[in-house]
Amino acid sequence: MTEHLVVLITYFALAVFVGFEVISKVPTILHTPLMSGSNAIHGIILVGALLIAAHAQTPLEIVLGFVAVVLATTNVVGGFVVTDRMLEMFKGRRQ
Amino acid sequence: MTIATAFVYLLAAVLFIIGLKFLSSPRGARRGNQVAAVGMVLAVGWTVVLLRDAFTPAGIAICTVGVAIGSIVGTVGARRVHMTAMPQMVALFNGVGGGAAALVAVSELLKLAGARPDFQTGFPSVFAIVIGGISFAGSALAFAKLQELMTGTPITYPGQQVVNGLLALAILTLAVAVLAVTGSAVVFAVLLGMALVLGVAFVLPIGGADMPVVISLLNACTGLAVAASGFVLDNFALIVAGTLVGASGSLLTKLMSDAMGRSITNILFGAFGQVQAGLGSGAAADAKSVRAGSADDIGTMLAYSRSVIIVPGYGLAVAQAQHAVRELADLLEKRGVEVTYAIHPVAGRMPGHMNVLLAEANVPYEQLREMDAINGEFKRADVALVVGANDVVNPAARNSPGSPIYGMPILNVDEAHSVVFLKRSMRPGFAGIDNELLYDPKTVMLFGDAKESLTRLVAAVKAA
Repeated sequence: MTEHLVVLITYFALAVFVGFEVISKVPTILHTPLMSGSNAIHGIILVGALLIAAHAQTPLEIVLGFVAVVLATTNVVGGFVVTDRMLEMFKGRRQ
Repeated sequence: MTIATAFVYLLAAVLFIIGLKFLSSPRGARRGNQVAAVGMVLAVGWTVVLLRDAFTPAGIAICTVGVAIGSIVGTVGARRVHMTAMPQMVALFNGVGGGAAALVAVSELLKLAGARPDFQTGFPSVFAIVIGGISFAGSALAFAKLQELMTGTPITYPGQQVVNGLLALAILTLAVAVLAVTGSAVVFAVLLGMALVLGVAFVLPIGGADMPVVISLLNACTGLAVAASGFVLDNFALIVAGTLVGASGSLLTKLMSDAMGRSITNILFGAFGQVQAGLGSGAAADAKSVRAGSADDIGTMLAYSRSVIIVPGYGLAVAQAQHAVRELADLLEKRGVEVTYAIHPVAGRMPGHMNVLLAEANVPYEQLREMDAINGEFKRADVALVVGANDVVNPAARNSPGSPIYGMPILNVDEAHSVVFLKRSMRPGFAGIDNELLYDPKTVMLFGDAKESLTRLVAAVKAA
């Protein structure tokens, strides 16, 4: 185990606590939008998909990379847009 | 990783955290989503800049076309979807993220060309493949159940838990094989295949009513799978963002099941369907009689009430009747009837779903009451008008300890002077349990599509 790995594990451990803390008091009506919003955030896997796909050379790498990029982009874009649509409604009723 | 890259990823991570924070308060929720989106654009945009000299020709092609296709599918899907179908759309967007995480890990392992990965790469890879695969297949099945491409009732068979357990054990064995014995591509493929099967097998015995909790759980799983891919790729943006979602998603799953008055293990392994099969909904329904009313009678009753509490449920959402219900409410208000809406925390198909639908129909915010605020007022209400809801007003949750929904918080509709149910049929609700309130002497049924029934009631109130 390298020192670098320990640093990565540290990020992980701290992020666990932040994740718990940050949504500790959320009203029921926001459960669905919050789930949808956090769903969009794990679309960060698009960064990983791009890193993989960029170097693709063999047919297998190309296929896997392509599918990964399509799936990840759908996750990101769909996730943010659908959440925004949900929350648009909340704003509307306040006017 | 260069200093500049590290700073961009750090900024993205901070924006995700601020976004999540805003998302958990009603006032800042929309801005929170936008803040998180900015973080995402930064992280992805910078990654592209970073890779500009590294792209292979094929790499450029698949990235450009892939992002284009994904953006179109995501935008069109998210824009076109009816508000009622929101939950399954979230499931779908979650599942594809899990699938992507699994594929990233597979691709990374393939680079080793059959050599056994060291533990530092191998362990997170296997984790991402298995959890990502489960999330992908489980979400797809959740989508199919909610979209009614297949039955929403739990699918169970004898020894199901044992089969699922054996499947999990087999996956574990293969995972150890990857880590300790071989890096053969065949093993990864089989591992991914088995994870997909387990994802389906895991969601099969869970009923449609519990699907929101399952989707939330799978959302947390995808987050962890993404974090694991971050370890594989040595990329802390993935680790931090994925873990944030994994942790907050787990907590959210618990909050949701708390709102339904159930434990997570009960939802996941309780095989909801098994219990009620014993109680039998058919026998009770045959024995007792139901009072069906006409729209005219019920319209008159509503028009001459002092206070009416409307209880909207999923039936209202399916029939797209939110506008019709508001029209009826407006009409009653004009006649001096006090109208309020009682919103159960899990009305619709997800917590908060009903608020979104009614807000879409411009129902005034002040008329919406949460369960705890309104439960005391049913005693004073002349009429409780239940539109397409069933389980959330079923007194069995309070009175019969044997019932599978026993202990679930409900709206005390049975305390109102009279109860009107707008329902399509006598079919039991999502949980599949009979509702004794339907047979109560003070209950009147108006059968039919919620929207049509409401339109008929509007006409009847106008005539009264």
